[in-house]
Amino acid sequence: MLAIARQRILGQSFQKIRPAVSVLRSYSSAAKQITVREALNSALDEEMSADPKVFLMGEEVGEYQGAYKITKGLLEKYGPERVLDTPITEAGFTGIGVGAAYYGLKPVVEFMTFNFSMQAIDHIINSAAKSNYMSAGQISVPIVFRGPNGAAAGVGAQHSQCYASWYASCPGLKVLSPYNSEDARGLLKAAIRDPDPVVFLENELLYGESFPVSDEVLDSSFCIPIGKAKIEREGKDVTITAFSKMVGYALKAAEILEKDGIYAEVINLRSIRPLDRSTINASVRKTNRLVTVEEGFPQHGVGAEICASVVEESFAYLDAPVERIAGADVPMPYAANLERMAVPQIEDIVRAARRACYRSVPLAAAA
Amino acid sequence: MATAFSAAKFTAQPFPLNPASTTSHDSSIVFAKPTSLFLGSTRKLRLTSYSKFNLSRRSGTVDAVSDVVKQKKSKSSPSLLITKEEGLELYEDLVLGRAFEDMCAQMYYRGKMFGFVHLYNGQEAVSTGFIKLLKQQDSVVSTYRDHVHALSKGVPARAVMSELFGKTTGCCRGQGGSMHMFSREHNVLGGFAFIGEGIPVATGAAFTSKYKREVLKEADCDHVTLAFFGDGTCNNGQFFECLNMAALWKLPIVFVVENNLWAIGMSHLRATSDPHIYKKGPAFGMPGIHVDGMDVLKVREVAKEAIGRARRGEGPTLVECETYRFRGHSLADPDELRDPAEKAHYAARDPITALKKYLIENSLASEAELKTIEKKIDEVVEDAVEFADESPVPARSQLLENVFADPKGFGIGPDGRYRCEDPKFTEGTAHV
Repeated sequence: MLAIARQRILGQSFQKIRPAVSVLRSYSSAAKQITVREALNSALDEEMSADPKVFLMGEEVGEYQGAYKITKGLLEKYGPERVLDTPITEAGFTGIGVGAAYYGLKPVVEFMTFNFSMQAIDHIINSAAKSNYMSAGQISVPIVFRGPNGAAAGVGAQHSQCYASWYASCPGLKVLSPYNSEDARGLLKAAIRDPDPVVFLENELLYGESFPVSDEVLDSSFCIPIGKAKIEREGKDVTITAFSKMVGYALKAAEILEKDGIYAEVINLRSIRPLDRSTINASVRKTNRLVTVEEGFPQHGVGAEICASVVEESFAYLDAPVERIAGADVPMPYAANLERMAVPQIEDIVRAARRACYRSVPLAAAA
Repeated sequence: MATAFSAAKFTAQPFPLNPASTTSHDSSIVFAKPTSLFLGSTRKLRLTSYSKFNLSRRSGTVDAVSDVVKQKKSKSSPSLLITKEEGLELYEDLVLGRAFEDMCAQMYYRGKMFGFVHLYNGQEAVSTGFIKLLKQQDSVVSTYRDHVHALSKGVPARAVMSELFGKTTGCCRGQGGSMHMFSREHNVLGGFAFIGEGIPVATGAAFTSKYKREVLKEADCDHVTLAFFGDGTCNNGQFFECLNMAALWKLPIVFVVENNLWAIGMSHLRATSDPHIYKKGPAFGMPGIHVDGMDVLKVREVAKEAIGRARRGEGPTLVECETYRFRGHSLADPDELRDPAEKAHYAARDPITALKKYLIENSLASEAELKTIEKKIDEVVEDAVEFADESPVPARSQLLENVFADPKGFGIGPDGRYRCEDPKFTEGTAHV
């Protein structure tokens, strides 16, 4: 069970000036706590020092120390040739990154939020994702696109969309979404070492949260396999799948459900594409009920794909229809109370799990 | 049509690579000889009576403005550019913009506002100088720094403040927020969070105006559109694409660049190969003008000319206003990268103090009258806050509203009305 230290999370994390924690010091004590921000920073630092072909590109990654301070200290360490502040030209600099990757460099392109990746999506899909296929394996694109994804706090419709299902539907891309510091470190290091284009979806509200990490995680060769989900909490009554911030909500929901005698199994997807269908199906075959949780829009979302996969492979094992929890089917409103209703909350997950277990509450309570 | 930019003699000085050492920018309007073409002529800087004598390091040459303005200027040097009524109107608008934004900052730190809030302090002269020349049917398209554009265009302070508080009485019913101010009545077309996103939208609005006149034969439709955006946007592809099309089709639009030298923490000089933004206009076949954006009267003069051009159907203009934002990029920006000397330099050129000085020195208004205006604006802003405070938050049912214009999403039937209004329409049948 993870003990999550709650920190005061500001709508934007500009004011958090955290000292860059050096994770190369060895510790004899047990669980050390690091924030997701420190985890990402240390992962970038280590990969850049290990391989001179790795470089960073994006808006405000250098002198501003990163719009969310993820790249803090890297400009001083590696210089302006390897940490590039770009003008506001997403299409342009994404294309430049892809071109560099064609020739063997390993760019890490930062989008200030993934909403801005829409200005560059032609390069992500057509130039990066499809190249290996179109060239019959001659050109591989070892590029990483990273940045915050999904809803923040009060930032309006154009800054709050979740792009997991958009990118995950495209063959040729790997799509990862970490939850805690261990995920952040391991998956980012794996992504940078990977020879294929990776879309790395972080979450702005998780940057400041601390999680305990073992010494193994802090080691510089640590990385997590791509395409494998993690069972964060074992259970026997209902399976709850989630990724990114929703994993935290699902874990809290599981604690609440435990009091009612419902033992939920929480799966942290980690990898949206390739999706770990075998872990999900094995879990559903054990519990016989499934609740999928995501922050994005419901139609054609990640939950829809998981539901289809389970129905195809484990239909006989299902004892109840699959429950899908997703964001409201509207652009994100600005008013605080409407925004709270537009994003899944812990109560929604609890209610859905109870429905899956007892079918006593009518389906889909409308707003 | 002379689109070729004749090889110009530049008086350009080398650019400082260190953004902090950027000095004053007192550039003024330069006038061409009556016989020279609008494009392609360059002149050395000439200074008007208002500006300090300090050759700018940033702008070597400025393109010509038309003869009309020149004749007006050359008549009698100390001739006044505005009447008393205009002066007071401008002053009131400047003070409203400043007071409103300061109140926003206060409210944000008290937790009444949330999310991203981008304040306009210091740039008021650009908004007032341009927007106060527009009619109600003219459109304004802006960026996320849009509160003051909405206020200048006529959206009531109450509506803007409520929107910022996320209340249902806001101009967008609380659904848009700080960065997405829309008003059909006042033709404020947003409010866009993405850099460069508003420029094609503004170009489209200008296209509609021309279309109405030429295709729909509304002969007196001469609506103009203003697109406001910043220096960072001028590196974005959409900007260049729209300059091309607006010039190609001679659209009634003015592209107003609010060059405040900084895009969050990225200095304009570090991001741009040629920092002279006004020069990019002639490359596409439209005049490019550079003006001191801290002086509302200079901005107004240039705006009159540019808006007049658009109204007469002569096509687009690119106006670069040198201005500065006194606060950070947003209320969450620690603003550590800007040199205090630079900030102090621009604080000394505060547009409100400058206009006040002009009005008093030229006996257009007395101290007392200006004080009355300031008091009135304070009351307006306080009232806006009270109104917003007391307004209700949106109802639960509002969450799912306004997604489509079509109430149920079934489209329009053969009789031209929404199908869901037809009592004989049943959802389940395939055959209606």
